[in-house]
Amino acid sequence: MDKYDEIICRCEEVTRQDIEDAIRDGRSSLSGVKKQTRAGMGACQGRTCSGLVRRVLEENGVELDMVSSLDTPRTPIVPVPIEAAGGKE
Amino acid sequence: MISMKQCELLVVGAGPAGLGAAIEAARLGVSVLLIDENDTAGGQLFKQIHKFFGSKEHYAGTRGFQIGQALLREASALGVEVMLNARAVGLLDDGSVAVQYGKDLIQIQASKLILATGAKENAITFPGWTLPGVMTAGAAQTFSNVYDTLVGKNILMVGSGNVGLIVSYQLMQAGAHIKGLVEVLPAISGYGVHAGKIKRAGVPIWTKHTVLEAKGKRRVEEVVIGEVDDQRKPVYGTQKTLEVDTILLAVGLTPRVELASMAGCRLGVERILGGHLPVHNQEMLSTKDSVYVCGDLAGVEEANTALDEGRLAGTAAAEALGYSDAKTADKKRCLVEGLHDLRMGTFGEKRLDCKSRVIEKWSCV
Repeated sequence: MDKYDEIICRCEEVTRQDIEDAIRDGRSSLSGVKKQTRAGMGACQGRTCSGLVRRVLEENGVELDMVSSLDTPRTPIVPVPIEAAGGKE
Repeated sequence: MISMKQCELLVVGAGPAGLGAAIEAARLGVSVLLIDENDTAGGQLFKQIHKFFGSKEHYAGTRGFQIGQALLREASALGVEVMLNARAVGLLDDGSVAVQYGKDLIQIQASKLILATGAKENAITFPGWTLPGVMTAGAAQTFSNVYDTLVGKNILMVGSGNVGLIVSYQLMQAGAHIKGLVEVLPAISGYGVHAGKIKRAGVPIWTKHTVLEAKGKRRVEEVVIGEVDDQRKPVYGTQKTLEVDTILLAVGLTPRVELASMAGCRLGVERILGGHLPVHNQEMLSTKDSVYVCGDLAGVEEANTALDEGRLAGTAAAEALGYSDAKTADKKRCLVEGLHDLRMGTFGEKRLDCKSRVIEKWSCV
């Protein structure tokens, strides 16, 4: 197996190759990579992969600051049952 | 259904830090609500079956889960309201905390908030890491120590910090075969006392090694490991294949900063303490004057520092709410000094430096 088949965001099946392509296209932040590749937009909302995406960015020479290295957390920070969010079954 | 609840102090997270905070605040007369997403209080203490070492004040000689039980009893006796299976899912515009409780969403309005949300386990990636059989060491420890379930028979542990060492030993006690540990650094990173236990049992610890690939059809069947150079790049020709069914990742923890970040607390980065964390002052106050932070959230350390940071945050929050007695100032001073002492020695000093920087960053805001 090639290292570029390595999955980084498992919810959206985004590979290392996809992320390195995004970096070559000029993405230099967590949210930039997210918008191009969907890494972090799946069921877990980046709770597993945000650190992994951050590492790929750094390994590719991207210097991260406070803004570019974090996602904006929004309510709910974890999945909740639809009933708890006011919906009906 | 959405319901409302009010309290003077809300503590999020009932691990050692949150329990310590709730206990000290309640002792001074504050009405405290302590919530936790799990069905048992104690946080990581709940699955620690080994006896702790250190000082008497930090329950040396007592098993971790019993420390958790003792703290919970103390909190309840002091009138702390404990709500389990209650998960903080965000902050609402009016500053209240949204809490999922079963199928209900509860809005909790509190004058002061203490965040003790802990940390989450890190992963590393390699080809095949998404196969069933790869999981974090903490998850395997929960399965084994809390749910009596062994996650695998032949295990490779990745990481030789205290989590990797302790979990390896506990899984061996439970009947698993630990094929070995790989550590990317040139030396074992956890305590010698923990490393000694597994080394004496003949488990190899390969330093300057990493996982290159996990292989298997439907789940992990083999793992390829190899040596790395000083730049952590694999050295050609050093690959070794091991037959394993499980690969456990013990590669560090990251503070769970989501709520603190949403509350507007300023964050800083300290790699040794786990990465992004809310900066705080000596008394654990964040850059928001109603929000305190403590425990692994404020920098990943150990149960004893978490407990004392919690006690300090609880005391400071109580004082800010107008509850204090003749001993309060003294108590805070003792806790600050005690935390300093806990960060002495080879392992502690780096953490002490980081903490000093965090406190300095707070004063610059």
